[in-house]
Amino acid sequence: MTQYFNEMYEGDAVRAPYAGLESWIRSMPAELRQMKQAEAEALFRRIGITFAVYGEGGDPDRLIPFDMFPRVFAQDEWRKLDRGVKQRARALNAFLRDVYGRGEIVRAGRIPARLVYQNEAYEHAVSGFTPPRGIYSHIVGVDLVRTGPDEFFVLEDNCRTPSGVSYMLENREIMMRMFPQLFRENRIAPVDGYAELLRRTLASVAPEKCDRAPTIAILTPGHFNSAYYEHSFLADLMGVELVEAADLFVEGGFVWMRTTEGPKKLDVIYRRIDDAFLDPLCFRPDSMLGVPGLMDVYRSGGVTIASAPGAGVADDKAIYTFVPEMVRFYLDEEPILQNVPTWQCGKADDLKYVLDNLGELVVKEVHGSGGYGMLVGPKSTKDQIEAFRAKIEMDPDNYIAQPTLALSTTPTFVEEGIAPRHVDLRPYCLVGEQVSLVPGGLTRVALTEGSLVVNSSQGGGVKDTWVLAE
Amino acid sequence: MLSRTADNLFWIARYLERAETTARLLEVGARIALIPSAGHGYRSEWESLLHASGTADGFKAKYGDPVQRNIESYMFFDRDNPSSVVSCLERARENARIVRTALTGQVWDALNTAYQELRALERKPRSEIELTELTEWVVRQTAMVRGAMDSTLLRNDGYHFLNLGSALERADNTARLIDVKYFVLLPSVDLVGSELDNYQWQTLLRALSAHRAFHWAYGGEITAAKIADFLILNRQSPRSLIASAEAAMAHLDALGRIYHHSGPAQRRARAIVGDLAETRVSDIFNEGLHEFLTRFIREVGVVSSFVHDGYLSGEARCS
Amino acid sequence: MLLTVQHKTIYRYDMPMRSAVQSLRLFPSRFEGQHVLSWQVEVANGLRGASFRDGAGDKVEGWSVRGPLNEVVVTVEGQVETADLAGVLRGHREMIAPEAYLRDTAATEADHALRQIGADALAGSGGALDAAHRMAAAIAEAIAYRPGVTHAHTTAAEALALAEGVCQDHAHALIATARAQGIPARYVSGYLYASEDGTPHEAAHAWAELYLDGLGWVGFDPANRCCPDERYIRLGSGMDARDAAPIRGIALGAGQENLDVTVALAAVQQ
Repeated sequence: MTQYFNEMYEGDAVRAPYAGLESWIRSMPAELRQMKQAEAEALFRRIGITFAVYGEGGDPDRLIPFDMFPRVFAQDEWRKLDRGVKQRARALNAFLRDVYGRGEIVRAGRIPARLVYQNEAYEHAVSGFTPPRGIYSHIVGVDLVRTGPDEFFVLEDNCRTPSGVSYMLENREIMMRMFPQLFRENRIAPVDGYAELLRRTLASVAPEKCDRAPTIAILTPGHFNSAYYEHSFLADLMGVELVEAADLFVEGGFVWMRTTEGPKKLDVIYRRIDDAFLDPLCFRPDSMLGVPGLMDVYRSGGVTIASAPGAGVADDKAIYTFVPEMVRFYLDEEPILQNVPTWQCGKADDLKYVLDNLGELVVKEVHGSGGYGMLVGPKSTKDQIEAFRAKIEMDPDNYIAQPTLALSTTPTFVEEGIAPRHVDLRPYCLVGEQVSLVPGGLTRVALTEGSLVVNSSQGGGVKDTWVLAE
Repeated sequence: MLSRTADNLFWIARYLERAETTARLLEVGARIALIPSAGHGYRSEWESLLHASGTADGFKAKYGDPVQRNIESYMFFDRDNPSSVVSCLERARENARIVRTALTGQVWDALNTAYQELRALERKPRSEIELTELTEWVVRQTAMVRGAMDSTLLRNDGYHFLNLGSALERADNTARLIDVKYFVLLPSVDLVGSELDNYQWQTLLRALSAHRAFHWAYGGEITAAKIADFLILNRQSPRSLIASAEAAMAHLDALGRIYHHSGPAQRRARAIVGDLAETRVSDIFNEGLHEFLTRFIREVGVVSSFVHDGYLSGEARCS
Repeated sequence: MLLTVQHKTIYRYDMPMRSAVQSLRLFPSRFEGQHVLSWQVEVANGLRGASFRDGAGDKVEGWSVRGPLNEVVVTVEGQVETADLAGVLRGHREMIAPEAYLRDTAATEADHALRQIGADALAGSGGALDAAHRMAAAIAEAIAYRPGVTHAHTTAAEALALAEGVCQDHAHALIATARAQGIPARYVSGYLYASEDGTPHEAAHAWAELYLDGLGWVGFDPANRCCPDERYIRLGSGMDARDAAPIRGIALGAGQENLDVTVALAAVQQ
């Protein structure tokens, strides 16, 4: 029987960061709790924060379940995460700068050339081009899990367009509205500076050609996208336009927005669409989606795209293994955050180990996301394991495996009262003129008892994440 | 603002107004159907309603003969009919969802609530709902959304695009409603001034919620001339053509001031208002009411297309 | 050799289009085998946009044309002094790592037959250069020149199965063969001056480049069973024909597009 680290209780004793929550729980009888839960849900629905799983159909206005029990970090716990996440974000950007430039890390033999240059996410169109300040990934989401008081592991990095930050902000907003007392009694570091930090980060990477306060916009695939709410929420908080590709056009070496007063020049695009849909001239000549000519403007320094096309080569699951190596190679530092040991099924030795131990491992597709296409060995039936074995043998390159981590739990409100449930954490690191991280992030919680899958598409919920001020 | 955002706002208002008109048309039909008409039986009245809303072909393809029950379904609930109440409200709400941040919470709330109630209405068995219940519901909901817009929105360009949409759609729709009565409903010229004629006029006034207002303004006997004056040339009448055209002009002028630039849309709107201001009822009847209305509808269409080209299409350039 | 180029591309539309945007790679590469004396690219009624040199060393220029428009006309005129470097791309500045040209594209995926050609060529060869020549010769042997049987989307494997094709198919087949043997390979587009012996080709031409240790990028033209020499003008490269297209463009609107291309190359008497 695996022992899971409970973030609130050490035996019967309450761990220090959660001390402020003990009396709060006691003061909340079941009826009050249900009432508050209903109130929270009504608030979420009112502000319209919903999550539609793409292609799943059903209610497009579905809410992600919100658990009112906060997840808490002490200041010293956070300080380590803060340093670790920033270090990783810097190393990932240095890596991108390098592989789209001279490729020193490959020449030095620290990362196999094949993994970089034959990677699907490696974008030829970007090589030889250095974006402003040499930054390729401006918003880095680092998925972390905890297995002990001082043990944190990075599950994966998200260098393209990590989503979910609106939940970090809204969860806090809802908690402050519903339990102001909690915030008076506990000194909780605020997260609401995120939007302004994001705006400043984006402004700081405006093209050199831009000689005035830069115009910024968020580029969304449109209102049918499951994250549309987040796009419009961030645009509103930052006070920038939310544009679709059809709102933009290219002329005279610049990108322009179609406005009621005629064309308006755009300097920085925070895109929330995939590389393939940015510019049909560059990526998909057969498609009408995207802004024709955008990449030409980008590569000539007329506009900044955040994140850079091709940034995905840094967050690939096969590249992941080498991130600690990047930290040492580029920063000459020791990695603060550890990777989860990973077996590459593409390597014969690793494959053998994985196939021999499928029952104990978590196996993922190299390019999969959202918790789809993965096997959690200890939670799977014999038949499921055998079916997955066949898939791995068919295409070993496409899979990696990791040990099943003993994810920490935090108390969570459930039907019967309060019970421990497994959680992870995604902080959002901003990389511009400065590297910054708001004290908080998105805590996802697996609401099903015993489940280790926290993805919202697989029945996960979210929590407010507190960092206690000193 | 983004042309697309302006376009969304413009169309929120147009769809709302159109939903209301469809509901009012249904009400006209239901009332007129209550009295026996000369010659045709009441089938033709329903048919003329379909003609008035421009949906006769679509209906015929789907249902064939105009039976009241089917017309009600088609004009209220049918998603295949782009002018049905459900189609219009759904699109108004979808447009609003896209530009949520350009609206206030109150406006969104009002629209979203209307939409949620509509979905509940759809689930109810048709036999349990009276037509008047439906039409009144629509008029009430649109009034609430309009109220929220009026009392909570910032008076910026977005506000004027929204109201411009309302004004242009209303001008068009009122003209079409009058046209139903005069051109389509009345079976023969001999009946002008007859009891049937008067009854139909009153019904029209009632459908426009202008029945009492008319009496306050004019009193006495109802005549075609008085009603035409009231619905076309009287500034006090909120849905009259001149009031709608003036509203459109005012919002266009406001946009011109905000953008420091006026264009063909402003000029054309001003011409329409100027023209109406100098028109007398006798001029209208001399020209022929139907001919007059057709010309007016076309003019309003021209303004709409100038608005589209100049602001909403995104193709405009600062010349 | 002093070559003059006149190249005109006309896109005609059967109804007016809202606007058009183009990304052009119509500029002779800078390397020791080519010296540009004059070169002009013009899009009729167009606005010149962004211009830069990409990671592969190709100059790219963006253009846009405001609508309504019924046609887009791209004209290229210029004069280039060429030299025979036996196909070696000497003195060409570029950033992309050769390994990046090992990745497959849909058009250049090797099937069993293409792998076999590569393996056979490699087997009895004396070094990489010899192997590359053998591959090119084998492809030339396997695919006869015949216009009209293949189209823009024909893959290397399909062309080999048909045993007929044009320069694009030859280039794709050679690229697929080389990559399958671990040799980086890419598609090159350019012009070819008509030779006296009447070898079949079009003036707008394409061939392949293979990356060979010690030599760098070397051109091979299986269609003409040779390496590019002073009759060739190199414009740009890419992973395959689509990626290396000298003109990429899009016109917004509902009209159908009709393409008309004329290319004329002439050797100037010196």
